Amino acid sequence: MTLRSALAVSAVAAVAAALTWLFFVGLPRWYGGPAKAAAAPAPVQVPAGRKIKARLFYVAADGSNLTSVERDVAYGEGTAGQAKEIINAQLAPVTEPLLSAVPPGTTLRALFVTANGEAYVDFTREITAAHPGGSLDELLTVYTIVNALTVNLPAVSGVQVLVNGKEVDTLAGHVDLRRPLAKNLAWVQ
Amino acid sequence: MSLFGRGLASQGVAQPSPLTLLAKEGRRVIPVSLVNDQEFIALDDLAPIFQLTVREESLALTVSYKGKLIVLTSDQGLASVAGKLVSLPAPPTRAGRRWLVPLEFISRALAPVYDTRLELRKPSRLLIAGDLRVPQVTVRYEPVGTTARLTVDATPRATSTVSQDNDRLAIKFDADALDIATPPLVPFPPQGVLQAIRVLDPVTLGVDLGPRFAGFKASTQPVDQTMRLVIDLLSTQTQTETTQPVPPPSLPAAPAPDLSALNQPVSAVRTIAIDPGHGGDDEGAKGDNGVKEKDVTLSVARRVKASIEARLGIRVMLTRDDDRNVPLDERTAVANNNKADLFISLHASASLRKSAVGASIFSVAFDQAAEETARLALAPERLPTFNGGLRDIELVPWDLAQIGHIDQSIELATILRRQFQDRIALSPRPVERAPLRVLESANMPAVLIEMGYLTNPDQEKQLAGADFQNALVQAVFEAVLKFRDALDQGRLAAAGGTP
Ligand SMILES: [Zn+2]
Repeated sequence: MTLRSALAVSAVAAVAAALTWLFFVGLPRWYGGPAKAAAAPAPVQVPAGRKIKARLFYVAADGSNLTSVERDVAYGEGTAGQAKEIINAQLAPVTEPLLSAVPPGTTLRALFVTANGEAYVDFTREITAAHPGGSLDELLTVYTIVNALTVNLPAVSGVQVLVNGKEVDTLAGHVDLRRPLAKNLAWVQ
Repeated sequence: MSLFGRGLASQGVAQPSPLTLLAKEGRRVIPVSLVNDQEFIALDDLAPIFQLTVREESLALTVSYKGKLIVLTSDQGLASVAGKLVSLPAPPTRAGRRWLVPLEFISRALAPVYDTRLELRKPSRLLIAGDLRVPQVTVRYEPVGTTARLTVDATPRATSTVSQDNDRLAIKFDADALDIATPPLVPFPPQGVLQAIRVLDPVTLGVDLGPRFAGFKASTQPVDQTMRLVIDLLSTQTQTETTQPVPPPSLPAAPAPDLSALNQPVSAVRTIAIDPGHGGDDEGAKGDNGVKEKDVTLSVARRVKASIEARLGIRVMLTRDDDRNVPLDERTAVANNNKADLFISLHASASLRKSAVGASIFSVAFDQAAEETARLALAPERLPTFNGGLRDIELVPWDLAQIGHIDQSIELATILRRQFQDRIALSPRPVERAPLRVLESANMPAVLIEMGYLTNPDQEKQLAGADFQNALVQAVFEAVLKFRDALDQGRLAAAGGTP
């Protein structure tokens, strides 16, 4: 290799590294980082209080299904931004007859969406620590989150639940969370 | 047991066992450290082995290999691998001046960009570089009357030779190394025909013979992707020792087990693994009156074992027989390594709605993509070997082994449901499919039974009581019998795993 072509190769590598950093490290920081980091200058003018309609999921009266309701959810910028708003709305406390399958006290730590439409949703530890257990309840918890994103956001094809920034095997010993899960309406009445 | 110590879980020990790198050039050990329950390796250790260049930048770590880039950030469990995003179980972490990355960095980030094949076998603590023949070897010991039988399976197939040298048998495999994860579960009787099984060198197992050893017969036979070696150890003594468990008094008196079963045609169901859910610090679901899932599951499992062993002459193994937390992978490993023909996991449910009652039976569901990948992989691929021949290689990922048995698992769930119907309450969703972790790696028909709801006060009382437990045990007993008969009479599709 001549000196000149070696330089060209290393220049390309450097540009690739910079781009990778931007897409991989920089963008998630702006769009997906923890809530406190969201104070970055807003690139688009969004009217205050703008809403979208979204379907949220709760435990049905028989305890073995989910039921969906339509709710106003705050507008979010981009897929990851909107996904965050939907998850936050899904986590908000509800009163009877609605009952959430996500344990109380659970909050969203971070959310990322990859280029191929897989959403990584990172929750605080309450989602496992406060989980009552049982395969069925665990399925309802998992598919509440998976469906809330896949039903409302066509760009999201799969959802992987993380806890405290880490991959987990299961929430309470039953449902496999090692891979992203696709939308599943069989659990919805 | 000290034999095969490498594969035994090192729970509660701060320093996990290291990885052994196997390559054409030889083997070397790579230290592993445990940080927040997660296994890490140092990039410093990997860099010289795999010719990696590691650079630390303000917010990222870049690892380059022959111009291909892996970018890691210090606060997220994600990596960019040649521009593609992959997830890691944890972000990199710093130990002094060294950067540590999760073990999965090797399989998910490095392997995709590396020139030769890299295979991480985490449970066996092996990292295999290049096309080496490293069969998974399992050893099973069964007392048969006054003699004993050793069944040694090597997957993918590897031939072996058996030779006797004084009071030891040596089993030498035609392979580059052995992947041995699990010791035989049955402890050897102190005065029997054999005393211990040990690893003699990287490709040889040694069987230490006991005082009653009189001779041996060995034969090999290919079974699917496995080469099975059967060694019958003959004994000088003729007296029989039986260690049959005594059934609990609440069960009807059972006839003595029929040990002459050896002369009957071989049934498709000879061994069943029963998995009592949860245990130890994992209590599972809990009722308002304090009944715990882990206790109900163990109690029912013991009753199932007593009932089936006494009346059907089928061997039943429990994945735990005390109040202990057994990792999910280990539960299926027990069933897989002992070639169980059925796997039944027992659980009790919880619901946020106190009114919810009834039993459900689950078989596995896989993501469509995972299912397709594994179905394709089920077609064995033939790879060239060093000496010019071809060999079969099983490419189904071990943790998706259940894929080959889905149809039979659904059939088992349906049979169970019919037996439950008139005996115990069924939930509105009596037979379901779901991505349940414990079923996915079971290499045999497998179901998970949620027996009822501990969150319902009436069911909590029932689940803890002998009446309900015996009714459920009877239903499981009848279902196993029906499933076995259907298999033996060829009414079900032939056992899965090979299309
Ligand atoms: Zn359970």
